[in-house]
Amino acid sequence: MSTEMSAPSSPFPLVKSLKQAGFVGMVMFGLCVPIVAFRAEQNMNNQLVLQSRWWLTLVFCVLAMIGSFLFSLYTHQKSNKAHSSAPSTVTKALSALAPRLTPLGFACVIAYPLVMLAINGPGGSIKWIDNFGIQILIYVMLGWGLNIVVGLAGLLDLGYVAFYAVGAYAYALIATKVIPDTFPELGFWSFWICLPISGLLAALWGIILGFPVLRLRGDYLAIVTLAFGEIIRLVLINWVDFSNGYAGLTSIPRPSFFGIPFNASEEGFAAVFDLEFSPIYRTIFLYYVILALSLLTAFVTIRLRRLPIGRAWEALREDEIACRSLGINTTITKLTAFAIGAGFGGFAGCFFAARQGFISPESFVFLESAQILAIVVLGGMGSLFGVVVASIALVGGIEILRELDFLKQVFGEAFDPSQYRMLIFGFAMVLMMLWKPRGLIAHREPSIVYKEKKSIGSDMVQEGHG
Amino acid sequence: MAIFIQQLINGLTLGSIYGLIAIGYTMVFGIIGMVNFAHGDVFMVSAFVALLLFMIFTTLLNWALVPALLVVLVLAMAITGLWNWTIERTAYRPLRGSFRLAPLISAIGMSILLSNLIQVIQGPRNKPVPPMFTQVIPIYEENGYVAGIGYKQIVIMVVTAVLLALFWYLVQKTPLGRAQRACEQDQKMAALLGIDVDRTISLTFVMGAALAAVAGVMYIMYYGVVNFADGFVPGVKAFTAAVLGGIGSLPGAVIGGLLIGLIETMWSAYFSIDYKDVAAFSLLAITLVFLPTGLLGRPEVEKV
Repeated sequence: MSTEMSAPSSPFPLVKSLKQAGFVGMVMFGLCVPIVAFRAEQNMNNQLVLQSRWWLTLVFCVLAMIGSFLFSLYTHQKSNKAHSSAPSTVTKALSALAPRLTPLGFACVIAYPLVMLAINGPGGSIKWIDNFGIQILIYVMLGWGLNIVVGLAGLLDLGYVAFYAVGAYAYALIATKVIPDTFPELGFWSFWICLPISGLLAALWGIILGFPVLRLRGDYLAIVTLAFGEIIRLVLINWVDFSNGYAGLTSIPRPSFFGIPFNASEEGFAAVFDLEFSPIYRTIFLYYVILALSLLTAFVTIRLRRLPIGRAWEALREDEIACRSLGINTTITKLTAFAIGAGFGGFAGCFFAARQGFISPESFVFLESAQILAIVVLGGMGSLFGVVVASIALVGGIEILRELDFLKQVFGEAFDPSQYRMLIFGFAMVLMMLWKPRGLIAHREPSIVYKEKKSIGSDMVQEGHG
Repeated sequence: MAIFIQQLINGLTLGSIYGLIAIGYTMVFGIIGMVNFAHGDVFMVSAFVALLLFMIFTTLLNWALVPALLVVLVLAMAITGLWNWTIERTAYRPLRGSFRLAPLISAIGMSILLSNLIQVIQGPRNKPVPPMFTQVIPIYEENGYVAGIGYKQIVIMVVTAVLLALFWYLVQKTPLGRAQRACEQDQKMAALLGIDVDRTISLTFVMGAALAAVAGVMYIMYYGVVNFADGFVPGVKAFTAAVLGGIGSLPGAVIGGLLIGLIETMWSAYFSIDYKDVAAFSLLAITLVFLPTGLLGRPEVEKV
């Protein structure tokens, strides 16, 4: 990992690289003893016994050495090329493609479930539409919601999943408990009535949680929001009368198509439209619902950026003190960002509850917040298109790891690829940060243009300390 | 009264463990201004390292308990130090000077990576070790309830106190400690004066990890069980301790740790054990909102 400038065609420092590889191997060996070399397993008497696994340690060390050597080779190759501080080709390509891809992307996204249905048939396509399409779109929506808080206003929020939980529990409780038990005269409240209520409740919680922490900045704010997220989850777990604790809430009503339910009855969707009954119609419908909700989020974000409040957010992100001296009310500005971001989280949560039909506190752990934040940061803070790319990469990547059953044929039946999912996810998060600390789309459309449009490299953009 | 004394002793024991972890947070935050999110998981890794070393020495090599524990403590400190050194070298150092969120995201990724790595290579089940130092010295009796202090609680408090004194000396009196405090104040100036800033930061991570390893050994000894997911909650609580004591201040971290330990045990004893984590997290929020500099922290002066 030499940092000195090498001559255009310096020879590859073989001895140095080999030495370094040897060093990395030794460090790896030190790390692996004893944690990889031995495994503690319980025997029949509930006592721990050690199994040694030196071969695995050897594999780890050799892999580390090969990795180190390849890394030196790579950095050498890179330093032999012309030194340029221009953004890499991937960034350039993505940034240039972004505006042109938009109509094409729309077409793809709208056609996706129908294409899947045509290719895989009603039975086979549920997995593709539900696990990939809907799942990715939920994270796109959450990413766009959090983007308002983190990307635009520069407030680092590690507890965003709390608002997702508020939205989900709001819908579940209103639809299954509050209305039937307390106000039976109001009849049945469907998904469409509860959706705005969930969003508003989440926004209200955004204000409640946002208000005390406005004075905090940066990492402190991150930790307090994390604490709030955990408090809400722990309350949901422990306050059994309210939320049914770990068991969660079941039989949450599913959304209907303008009053037509998706079931096998006479009034069901399939019967009304003269189709053969299949659960796929509900899935496709849910896909379009979350698509519409996400597009709403994107539309609101784009429009808000042009309003005074959106400009105030971005100004706040760049420099809070300058903002204050220019007379911007930072309290109101931050609170609106918190509330609007939380509101979209609440919409997504309401949709999540309606899609699953079952929710429990297990769905709202810190890991979810980390994943959403990773999507926003990896997408390149403030870039809507970047969030889409990052969600496809992270969420789609995780889902694809579920599909790697063929690896069982390579490593034997005991090998379970899904247990490596989060390991790979964490590894990918670190690697992507090292590779692109500023995210995939490292450019921003300027909000105000003088004469001609110039794109700003985000390296130029000081991020705020909000 | 007997219950109160018992809870006081339990709280101080727990607080010692939190204090040891909190020092890692506070030192790293002091020197590079970063919340090392993976520190709780480093602590968990150290508990696993200690567990495995303890098994190796007692079952494979048939050592007696006390020498085995001493060797385990030293080795666990060294190995955990190496772990944190590697983490800093690979995941944080390349991002130094990059934009502020990058190291935090990298640390969150590292935290997920570490806990899942342990889950994969050691299995998801709880790992129990046979109980040790089970004797208890009774110190107060009331209505048939005896409050006592266990041998292991004495060991934990004594080891914590000795190691803290040692690290206090290291930071206050040695050239390394001087270099650390210089880097804390102004890295550029320290570099101009011939201090190897990168090396100093690395050593800070190693020292933090070594203290986390002490906490890990104590944790194994005290609770007798460890699980791959045990890093997150103690990590957040230790961070709370660091913030409560005033981040950047070593004695503050210890005082904060003891306070958090006491509050947690008292809350469990007198209010509700279900909500003990809620109490700790709420305390974190309340401290940050009303006392952002903590008990012993320096107020942050903002220059424009």
